[in-house]
Amino acid sequence: MAAPEISTAAVPTLYTNNALRNAFGGVLAFFILLLIGVMAFSIRLFSVIKYESVIHEFDPYFNYRVTQFLAKNGIYEFWNWFDDRTWYPLGRVIGGTVYPGLTLTAGTIWWLLNSLNIPLSVETVCVFTAPIFSAFASWATYLLTKEVKGTGAGLTAAALLAMVPSYISRSVAGSYDNEAVAIFALIFTFYLYIKTLNTGSLFYATLNSIAYFYMVCSWGGYTFIINLIPMHVLLCIVTGRFSSRLYIAYAPLVVLGTLLAALVPVVGFNAVMTSEHFASFLVFIILHVVAFAYYIKGILTPKMFKVAVTLVVSVGLAVCCAVIAVLIALVASSPTKGWSGRSLSLLDPTYASKYIPIIASVSEHQPPTWPSYFMDINVLAFLVPAGIIACFSPLSDASSFVVLYIATSVYFSGVMVRLMLVFAPAACITSGIALSQAFDVFTRSIKFQLPGISSNTEVDAAETSSATAKAQNDAVKTEKSEETSKNRPSKKSKKKEKEEKPSTKAKSEKKRLLALPLDSSVISLLLLILLGAFYVVHCVWAAAEAYSAPSIVLTSRSHDGLHVFDDFREAYAWLRHNTDVDDKVASWWDYGYQTTAMANRTVIVDNNTWNNTHIATVGTAMSSPEKAAWEIFHSLDVKYVLVVFGGLVGYPSDDINKFLWMVRIGGGVFPHIKEPDYLRDGQYRIDSQATPTMLNCLMYKLSYYRFVETDGKGYDRVRQTEIGKKYFKLTHFEEVFTTHHWMVRIYKLKPPKNRIRGKSKKSKSQKTSSTSNRAKRSGTGKKNPWH
Amino acid sequence: MGKLWVISIASISILLPFLCNAFSPESPTDRRLLVLLDDFAIKSSHSIYFNSLKSRGFDLEFKLADDPKIALQRYGQYLYDALILFCPSVERFGGSIDYAAIIDFVDSGHDLIIAADSNASDLIREVGNESGVEFDEDPSAMVIDHISYAVSETEGDHTLIASDDLIKSDVILGSKRIAAPILFRGIGHSLNPANNLVLKVLSASPSAYSANPKSKLSTPPTLIGSAISLVSIVQARNNARILITGTLSMFSNRFFRSGVQKAGSHTKHEKSGNEQFLTEISKWVFHERCHLKAVNVKHHKVGETDEPALYRINDELEYSVEIFEWSGTSWEPYVANDVQVQFYMMSPYVLKTMSHDKKGLYSTSFKVPDVYGVFQFKVEYQKLGYTSLSLSKQIPVRPYRHNEYERFIPAAYPYYGAAFSMMAGFFIFSFVHLYSK
Repeated sequence: MAAPEISTAAVPTLYTNNALRNAFGGVLAFFILLLIGVMAFSIRLFSVIKYESVIHEFDPYFNYRVTQFLAKNGIYEFWNWFDDRTWYPLGRVIGGTVYPGLTLTAGTIWWLLNSLNIPLSVETVCVFTAPIFSAFASWATYLLTKEVKGTGAGLTAAALLAMVPSYISRSVAGSYDNEAVAIFALIFTFYLYIKTLNTGSLFYATLNSIAYFYMVCSWGGYTFIINLIPMHVLLCIVTGRFSSRLYIAYAPLVVLGTLLAALVPVVGFNAVMTSEHFASFLVFIILHVVAFAYYIKGILTPKMFKVAVTLVVSVGLAVCCAVIAVLIALVASSPTKGWSGRSLSLLDPTYASKYIPIIASVSEHQPPTWPSYFMDINVLAFLVPAGIIACFSPLSDASSFVVLYIATSVYFSGVMVRLMLVFAPAACITSGIALSQAFDVFTRSIKFQLPGISSNTEVDAAETSSATAKAQNDAVKTEKSEETSKNRPSKKSKKKEKEEKPSTKAKSEKKRLLALPLDSSVISLLLLILLGAFYVVHCVWAAAEAYSAPSIVLTSRSHDGLHVFDDFREAYAWLRHNTDVDDKVASWWDYGYQTTAMANRTVIVDNNTWNNTHIATVGTAMSSPEKAAWEIFHSLDVKYVLVVFGGLVGYPSDDINKFLWMVRIGGGVFPHIKEPDYLRDGQYRIDSQATPTMLNCLMYKLSYYRFVETDGKGYDRVRQTEIGKKYFKLTHFEEVFTTHHWMVRIYKLKPPKNRIRGKSKKSKSQKTSSTSNRAKRSGTGKKNPWH
Repeated sequence: MGKLWVISIASISILLPFLCNAFSPESPTDRRLLVLLDDFAIKSSHSIYFNSLKSRGFDLEFKLADDPKIALQRYGQYLYDALILFCPSVERFGGSIDYAAIIDFVDSGHDLIIAADSNASDLIREVGNESGVEFDEDPSAMVIDHISYAVSETEGDHTLIASDDLIKSDVILGSKRIAAPILFRGIGHSLNPANNLVLKVLSASPSAYSANPKSKLSTPPTLIGSAISLVSIVQARNNARILITGTLSMFSNRFFRSGVQKAGSHTKHEKSGNEQFLTEISKWVFHERCHLKAVNVKHHKVGETDEPALYRINDELEYSVEIFEWSGTSWEPYVANDVQVQFYMMSPYVLKTMSHDKKGLYSTSFKVPDVYGVFQFKVEYQKLGYTSLSLSKQIPVRPYRHNEYERFIPAAYPYYGAAFSMMAGFFIFSFVHLYSK
């Protein structure tokens, strides 16, 4: 491990002293990293301490269920798992449609612990997988930033990443989602790419492909890697930074990486057939052409080379045009232009809201608001520009990669709030560079002007540190002509420093003038530390308050103490204990994963929104009147309908608030559902001004059935209004369970009526009027009044 | 200890007859009948009908409809298997029986015979309406037919109808043809055409209409022609059976014994068809006939015997089910050529008529379609008169496992060749490039 005070190592007179300092620095860096890892782990434990050791939210429940299956049945059964409990009656081939990285990771940890006779439950392992991997991620950040700007920047970046709120939001204990391991894989892949780029080592190139494979296994976001790296390669070629190291860093990644990616069942042939991967192949070809051109240039005389260039360029251009025309024609012939909907909405942010309501309906696919940047990366937002400037002085292959990374990820995070997660590491890296450079400048200035320290050493230290940067820059340039060397640039630059020492010595007087005044340095240093302190305070607050709620257990603090709403688990436990094991439960797709995992009941749709028609069917049922809804549900063999209702306690993300999406998604497939029917003058309302269609749709009825009995007025605390239709009866559904705070309501479909009544109802009213003494009696007879 | 034994044996021996006679899926015929009467005179005036029931082994219990002690159930258990309402004028039942209790009685799978009459009470009308028929609203209306009335000594008002417009179904009315017309005097009812559970067994002739015979027709009658049903049967979705008719006198000894001659016809029958008709139809109502059961649903892969938890696409499978019909005393094999099985996932992917071995075993074999998902074996057998069979059994169908595909595809040999020759070529090229000067 390299010492943080790398620059001092170059001074020959202090050689023994410096070796000691080196060793001391290495040990210190090691312990700092260890502590960063511990912090990254422990800052994510608030959810366990404040709530309990439980899986969070929606998707993690599915991952947990899959991991349980893996732990129980082994990897081959997992690979071939056909799950008949979701997407009834279509079923889902889990092994072929899931990114297995997370599951395999947690399964392996569980298996390892169990074979070491540490009997942890699968759930415990799943809960703590994310914190463990965020420690890994911060170490990977250290490695990556160290490759770019040295150890100091690396340590700072690692510390920043360990507690960046954006990443905490997806990796608190219990948040067992793909992103938890994918961010580590992402950063580690980038590190190995930069490492290969700096060393030109085929060993690291192979490791890079394997890290990329792990990323492909873990998350669909791997397309970010396979587009960003080609962009960087292209940038290097365009800016004249082509080298054999670049070739070694990129070519094996494309070939091996694509082959490995195709092995993941969920990717399969997509690795070569979808537009997301075209950029990498195109750059692969360009890289070869450029490499060939450099080779030809080496063996031809300049004049001959010129002739060859004109020849090749003219022929090549013609061929290229032809190929591109064919490609464009092929791509244009497919309706989505060969891009998947999610990727298209990245390029055109309005695409999803225009064409795919199911993508637009997910809150994490919405563009973020400005405050969310401040919430998620806090002071890093101000440090990032400084970091970018620091990357430009001097610009190396590695630092240009960081600049490219931050530029693209800023764009993506602006499109989809979920991709803030990709942006956060980039922000941490650039901010780490900025902070460490700033500290470097200020401490150096202080050192210069403090009288107690021998000025000779200072000058040398300052001198060499600036020389190092310069030398690194030179090294990069000179290396183009060099044969591929296995030397690390730091070593090389050290050698160069020694060579260039006489020349730099001369400039030392000039350098001294660049030092900042003592008082301003000290103040700036203090301000920087204050900034860091603010960041830490914010991160701890975010981890403790904002992002640790498991969302299946809710709490609210009011004047009379803490209230805990455990309605979801209450409802799922009711389903588990009171319904038949093969019963089908219909709900909006958000609750599908939880129902299968916690209640172990078959669901119609779930959070893996692969079949739009099926979801639209459920959406249509929810927006239809009772009878039509009953028919739709009955045709799907549904026994129970589950709705989430927040009107009593003021839980805003309930089904009524999601209802317009159900209408939109349903209407997208079944045109008889029209959104304007549910809106009064373009306004969505549930009070007495609401449209009759709205007041008679199933979702309204199931949500507000008997609601007026709670307070006598039917006041909805989420919508802040009294409901429009208060007294009504359900004809085709019967309420079977409502949780303590009314947050989950479960209804059962009534069986088809045993008899069919005669058509007249007049006789009945006649009877009740004529024989008023039997009014009460006939009232009980009317218990079942539907046809 | 000994005392306890005696008590328990005694209690079992007391309960035993009830236990044995109870209506059960194993012997679906009703045993215990409650007959509710307006007055006990009906017991003697309709004795032939009651005796025929008794002779078939039913326990009849006669009660006045307003008897304050009557009850259909005690401690959650029904005391009777079927109910006969020969009390057209009752305004209010006694005891714990009311309109809702009767509906619940039917909804829990028990049978019912309703005989209304002219001036039938609202209660009876409402029970009929709940079962799916609508009696003529005019309380004094009767079915009048000036063409196919029964010839009698006095000319009369043609409310005594001789009808032979019977449903053509051997399974409901027995295989022996009912030759003589059936005498009817009472009110008509109509059926909801959308109702597929109710059947018109005896309908009026096209010339019939429903009106008050004592007053002049001021407005055209609402019920006319063969839309008027005289006797209807309902088989509810839970296979409870209901007989509805607008006459009580049809069951009477007088109608049973009297000869009948239809107007315009020269053949005079010595005896009306009432007895045969009502006996046969009561056999149907009380589940002595046309009650099917399906047992031993089995399915397995061809060549195996164990039932798998799930199938793979393109598996060959065999499906079999045994269907029996209750003959009144025992289960007999049911023989028909139209029993079909569906392999169903939102729509039937396979629909096959099953072959049978004349001993009640229906079987077929087919190939699982090339679609995975959660399928169902469905037998939906709904045949006129028979109880409906509705079997469904869920079975998932999985795709191929990763190692169940063909390892080498002949069509791909050029590609294999290309890949391996490429590898060999690369090796040779590297060798030559590295070691030739």
